[in-house]
Amino acid sequence: MNNRVVITGLGVCSPIGVGLPDFTKALKNGNSGIRYYSELEDLKFSCHLGAIPEVTEEKKREYLTELQLRNFKSSSILYGIIAGMDALKDAKISASKIDDDPLWDLGIIFGTGVSSVEKFRESIHKVDDKNARRLSSNTVQQIMTSGISAYLGGLIGAGNIVTTNSSACSTGTEALLLGYERIKTGKAKQMLCGSTSDHGPYIWAGFDALRITNYRYNDAPEKVPGPLSETANGFIPGSGAGAYLLESLTSAEKRGATIYAEVLGGAVNNGGQRGKGTMTAPNNKAIIKCIQAALNDSKIEGRDIEYINGHLTATSKDPDEIESWCKALNRKGNNFPFINSLKGAIGHCIGASASIEIVSALVQMKEGFIFQNNNCEPIHPEILKNISIDKIPTQTLYKTFNIMAKASFGFGDVNACVIFKKNK
Amino acid sequence: MTSEEIYIKIEPIIKNYLPEDVSKMEISRESDLTKELNINSAHLIDIVLDVEDVFDIEIKNEDLEKLRNLNDVINLIKQKTE
Repeated sequence: MNNRVVITGLGVCSPIGVGLPDFTKALKNGNSGIRYYSELEDLKFSCHLGAIPEVTEEKKREYLTELQLRNFKSSSILYGIIAGMDALKDAKISASKIDDDPLWDLGIIFGTGVSSVEKFRESIHKVDDKNARRLSSNTVQQIMTSGISAYLGGLIGAGNIVTTNSSACSTGTEALLLGYERIKTGKAKQMLCGSTSDHGPYIWAGFDALRITNYRYNDAPEKVPGPLSETANGFIPGSGAGAYLLESLTSAEKRGATIYAEVLGGAVNNGGQRGKGTMTAPNNKAIIKCIQAALNDSKIEGRDIEYINGHLTATSKDPDEIESWCKALNRKGNNFPFINSLKGAIGHCIGASASIEIVSALVQMKEGFIFQNNNCEPIHPEILKNISIDKIPTQTLYKTFNIMAKASFGFGDVNACVIFKKNK
Repeated sequence: MTSEEIYIKIEPIIKNYLPEDVSKMEISRESDLTKELNINSAHLIDIVLDVEDVFDIEIKNEDLEKLRNLNDVINLIKQKTE
């Protein structure tokens, strides 16, 4: 079996917009979702900025019943449900009816870093107070890592694989590739994939302690240096979820579904925490190998890539990433593809970063634009040694393109790269 | 507290945990909580926690096993609040 795989639905819950229309508008306008949060200052964090989707109580009730929301304390599961159910709806696929069989050919691979830290915190307090018996009945389903896929599985009635993957900041890209392979090999016809991340101090604290967040702009969230900038010295922690409905081309055509793009191929690998690679920093050799493996898998050449949706976190690693792209594609200067990073607008959404960014990439491909890199000037001089400044849009560029690459890297020296082609 | 007084206080608790396809009208003192009202067995735990809060009592694991319908719940509360 070697089925072609396409994307037929998207959903997003992001700091710059909940739902595809608002998100798309914000991308084009270059809006920022980075805000000051007094809670972080009160807790004596170094960085008082964050990026959180705005979800009203009313919006929650579009997806969950009063009963489901009772003792529900999970931003990650909420965001994942909004993005996941929106992607399903966008693909015009209906959940199976409550008395019907499950949808045997529809599976879910929806990743996260951790699940429901707020609920976990509540449980820990109760346990320490010798009151474990007073935990609500929905504690396990929120805290278990597979909580998000379990919730979506029930809402949809999915009957194929329903699981959660976890590979730090590459989780969303990995989820897509795992779903892609399942359809390619004929084990499923439709796969809802994506990733999600909680917001708040308990998930962001470790990054704050590592001093890899930017703590110099607490009073000026609109001015935080973005990815590719010379002055970038840390990211702003974000949160949210992104989701995509993958489908075999045959199934999509049979249904007359709208096709965003074809997944040409991709690759995942690991730097082994060898060479320059560590638990927290990438082995560039592995990154290059991963991108090249993705090109090979997609049966294209480096010269075919017209646009790159970078991992680019607004840390000292950005120049290294650009150099790795140059080497992997064997392109530089003015011959380099256009590149941008959404982290200048929504911060680094950790477990959800890759999926929200993939949704942004697919929206750009479908509508023909390349969003601006927020606060990227002055561009880091090491980056300009490798690529032309013209390839880094500072204003949204309206331009169609046919082939793009998205890569994500993460703690544990994990790498993932996927190649998309516009459906014509 | 009379049975009626207790019933008035627990009816709204039960309502919160009724599945969507079960009407609030179906609640009676005799209705079996899981078999007739179709309340998820995990939610019985939440009902017990809410009852504990409202009546300021503690319901033990052994008590839990005996709760089938609202009459059982009412009797247990009566016992504990005497």
